[in-house]
Amino acid sequence: MTALLSRLFGRLPIGWLQLIHNRARFAAALAGVAFANILIFMQLGFLGGLIESIRLPYAQMNADILIQASDANTLADGSPLPRQRLYQALAVPGVAGATAVYYKRLDWKQPDGTVRNLDVFGIDPSAVAFKSDEINRTRPQLQLLDRAILDRRTRNVPKELFAAIDAGEPYEFEANSLRRLTVIGTFEIGGGFSADGHLIVSDQTFFRIFKDSVPGAPNYIFVTLKPGADRQSVLAALRGALPASDTAVRTIAEAVAKDQAFQTTQKPVGIVFGFGVVIGVLVGIIIVYQVLSTDVADHIREYATFKAIGYNQSFFLGVVFEEALILAIFGFIPGMIAALGIYAAVVNVTGLPVYMPLERPFYVLIGTIFMCTLSGAIATRRLARANPADLF
Amino acid sequence: MDGSQTTLERPKQAQPAPHVESPIVIEGLNHWFGEGDAKKQALYDINLTIARGQLVILMGASGSGKTTLLTLIGCLRQVQEGSARLLRNELFEAPESLLVECRRRLGFIFQAHNLHESLTAMQNVRMGLEVHGTDAMRQWKEAAAHLLTLLGLGDRLNYLPGNLSGGQKQRVAIARALVGNPDIIFADEPTAALDKDSGYEVVALLKRLAAARNTTTLMVTHDNRILEMADRIITMEDGRIVKDEV
Repeated sequence: MTALLSRLFGRLPIGWLQLIHNRARFAAALAGVAFANILIFMQLGFLGGLIESIRLPYAQMNADILIQASDANTLADGSPLPRQRLYQALAVPGVAGATAVYYKRLDWKQPDGTVRNLDVFGIDPSAVAFKSDEINRTRPQLQLLDRAILDRRTRNVPKELFAAIDAGEPYEFEANSLRRLTVIGTFEIGGGFSADGHLIVSDQTFFRIFKDSVPGAPNYIFVTLKPGADRQSVLAALRGALPASDTAVRTIAEAVAKDQAFQTTQKPVGIVFGFGVVIGVLVGIIIVYQVLSTDVADHIREYATFKAIGYNQSFFLGVVFEEALILAIFGFIPGMIAALGIYAAVVNVTGLPVYMPLERPFYVLIGTIFMCTLSGAIATRRLARANPADLF
Repeated sequence: MDGSQTTLERPKQAQPAPHVESPIVIEGLNHWFGEGDAKKQALYDINLTIARGQLVILMGASGSGKTTLLTLIGCLRQVQEGSARLLRNELFEAPESLLVECRRRLGFIFQAHNLHESLTAMQNVRMGLEVHGTDAMRQWKEAAAHLLTLLGLGDRLNYLPGNLSGGQKQRVAIARALVGNPDIIFADEPTAALDKDSGYEVVALLKRLAAARNTTTLMVTHDNRILEMADRIITMEDGRIVKDEV
């Protein structure tokens, strides 16, 4: 390692030799950097999980354009739309089809008395509202009342339950005091930060479960375009045809972006995770600064001697930044490995889509190097105390 | 770039220049410490010329100004008044870059060895060579090992300072000072941390190596046994040179 670094720097790797000379301190410093890295990775993981979990239901929609109430920020919070908007949308040139979808939250009581929150979509069983083959295969059977398709990635539900349903063994449960539902199939979306999973029923079943919802007031209208239709001009035509006072017309991508922006910047969870990243960076800066400035202080006589020998300031800056770089890289590796383990554990426990995108380690490494370099830059201020005239 | 050979010379005044100027020429040097009311003069009108290849010993009680003088000629402090020419470079009003450049032509040996504890004997000596750039580094292993062997450390080349005795550490420090072939060696009580015998031995080695290379040595010491090795002994008192014996 020393020989490799010597070749790399074209000089003796003093920083490396200093760091490994005190192995206990080196290990503590690396643990500190790794800890900061784990903090950052965890926060980014949760933030990424939040963003991804928001996207997943949209990704299943068989729609090019989503019509929502103008006050809707997410799938869950908009007012109902007048059903008339559906017919108005269908009349716009370029629109191939449109279907009304109803949305409500349902508490699914478990045998042990705990509750899972389900996001329930009520769809027209004759329309292809979702892309999933699994949904579309089972969809015709939703024509029968009180039938449902359940998200098999719903959090904290025994896997055997879904296996049994998929094996052709319908599962019955009491949706509320009014209806018992029979689950006849499963599909896959996965829970997010607010709901544990999803449930799809026919619109008729939906109205029976939720007495306060009516056919005249859907929550969304999924619009598909004719092949070759220009998305932007249809979008503009829809916006012209529908009153902006109660209706918002967005592409799926725009709707996802709005939802993600809202939940990451306006809702506490998103803000907390962003804040967590900042804290992780601060912790890292403080730890590395502590290590580097103690190291500079411990070697002030040696540095003064090197100054007397004729080394200039850039040499000492080089040594401190060399140490910063070594701490960044050697601390990053265990930090990332630990983070991968924790990600797997989080996925296992919460079912949240917490994964390591390929670019994230790269960004975190760059950030770690930046963080360590910044600490190094602060620590070099102590170098000024190395005065060779004091050696006599 | 290796700037160690560059010489920045000031235009000479009327006085006749010697053919080869002495490595150290000091004229009318005064120095003060502190500011305002606390300002205290440490050196008074020092005039001193030291010839090449000599071992000159600087004596005097503590506070007599000998260390101040050493740090001024050693380019570790700014000259405030008067002239100090080191290897034909005027140090008065010299920029920091010239001071750094001059230091590279000097060898320093301190009271404490000041070795870097994370570096082996070889690596510590290497640091004395690395400052001269990549050209000087080509044969660094041979040069460092040769010097350390001359100083009796041939079997301890890769020892860390923590595993060396005080005398051995001071000999590594001497090797570090000598490896760059300095024109002048400044030594500040190099034997202070050593017992009498190893102190004598270390200075004898230093003198032998310096003589072989025609290196000038300026040494501050109180050690009487070392005095007999000197070519010249200068005694200071209260910031003035009071005795100059050859």
